[in-house]
Amino acid sequence: MKPPVFEYVVPESLDVALAVIAEHGGDAKPLAGGQSLVPAMNFRVAQPAVLVDLNPLAELDYVRQDDDGLRIGAMTRQRRVERDALVAERAPLLHETMPHIAHPQIRNRGTIGGSLAHADPAAELPVIAVALDARIKARSASGERSIPAAEFFQGIFTTALNPDELLVEVAFPAMPPWAGSSFVEFARRHGDYALMGVAAVVTVDERAVCRQARLVYLNAGDGPVTAKQAAQLLLGHLPSPEAIEAAANMAADSEITPFGNVHATADYQRHLARVLTRRALKQAFERAGESIGLVVR
Amino acid sequence: MPPLHSVKVTVNGKQYERQTEARTLLSDFLRHELGLTGTHVGCEHGVCGACTILFDGQPIRSCLTFAVQANGHAITTVEGLAKSQDELHPLQQAFWEAHGLQCGFCTSGILMTLVPFLEENPNPSEHEIREALSGNLCRCTGYQHIVDAVMLAAQKYATSKT
Repeated sequence: MKPPVFEYVVPESLDVALAVIAEHGGDAKPLAGGQSLVPAMNFRVAQPAVLVDLNPLAELDYVRQDDDGLRIGAMTRQRRVERDALVAERAPLLHETMPHIAHPQIRNRGTIGGSLAHADPAAELPVIAVALDARIKARSASGERSIPAAEFFQGIFTTALNPDELLVEVAFPAMPPWAGSSFVEFARRHGDYALMGVAAVVTVDERAVCRQARLVYLNAGDGPVTAKQAAQLLLGHLPSPEAIEAAANMAADSEITPFGNVHATADYQRHLARVLTRRALKQAFERAGESIGLVVR
Repeated sequence: MPPLHSVKVTVNGKQYERQTEARTLLSDFLRHELGLTGTHVGCEHGVCGACTILFDGQPIRSCLTFAVQANGHAITTVEGLAKSQDELHPLQQAFWEAHGLQCGFCTSGILMTLVPFLEENPNPSEHEIREALSGNLCRCTGYQHIVDAVMLAAQKYATSKT
């Protein structure tokens, strides 16, 4: 339960960090909050030859608002995201989700970029990034690119990042007007990995008819799972209990692929998905309605 | 022998400088290098909360941070809570009075979680206390007496301020 020997590098800037990572190729691992990497090293599941500590890089710790939406630096602590007023105002779904991530003791160290780059299928932040159509900025010594969240997550603990790239920022576009969102999950204890969870983002028109919908699930496959057919069932309809039920059934029965684990069978996870989807959609539509002064039943 | 790194750290208001391997966990550094064995080591993968300390005033798991990362930072351990040998911290006193511990293994981590929690929530509900405790495992008490102790501490804080 002790980590193996590694070379420890404290870069004085992001550019130096990128140069060190480029030099060592896949042998160097960036150390963000360490709340997943250090346990993996303690178990010796991960044995990186070089650790590049990003913690001193204040240039990656920020929450900013500009014309494109909200930009959050990769090394921004999850606890800061949770408490940031700009996040609460501009990305209410992200704000609502943060307290579900582990415990305060973990969020005080854990970073938004670290969780996204780790790409745990049971984690909340990848689901939120996909649900909100976030863009992930990756930088290497040779340049920078922006990756849509839906393309970023490629499998269990697998992302579109190249070995020489660092995730430096995540950008959340402004929520469209007349939109509502909700995140719900079920865990055995507060702070545990959820057995199932879902983010719902919907947009309605002036008659409360659904115009856009997105449902994204955690612990429901090998990454954030988007239920496209379920969302399709909602388009053009009033969010009646029947419409919501149909969407929940579609997602739970046909679109998610939960593996089951020691705490829950796959059947039980599907059951949870059905119940949680109904709750999330109901709340998201209510919030969308409130945003335009409608009372949605 | 792997290279050693210099770590300058303030722990409970006292400055220390030590040479340590990069792979030394902060929990082991506190216990073995500084002799502060009040910080306990349970699971060493961030689940049990026994090793919780304050890092720049915020509770964290010391088993999920390397000692080298504490360079230049301020740490508080359970040894830093009591004002003196004779005067416990009000939360410690409440744990004593309400029997908030049995074997005591989890207690230091629980105290380090709850001290900042009570500063932010001086009048917590039972539900909030249980939620705040969710990152700390106790296998003896069933938590009830811990919750009682926190309620008692909150009362004591309130009375001492009026």
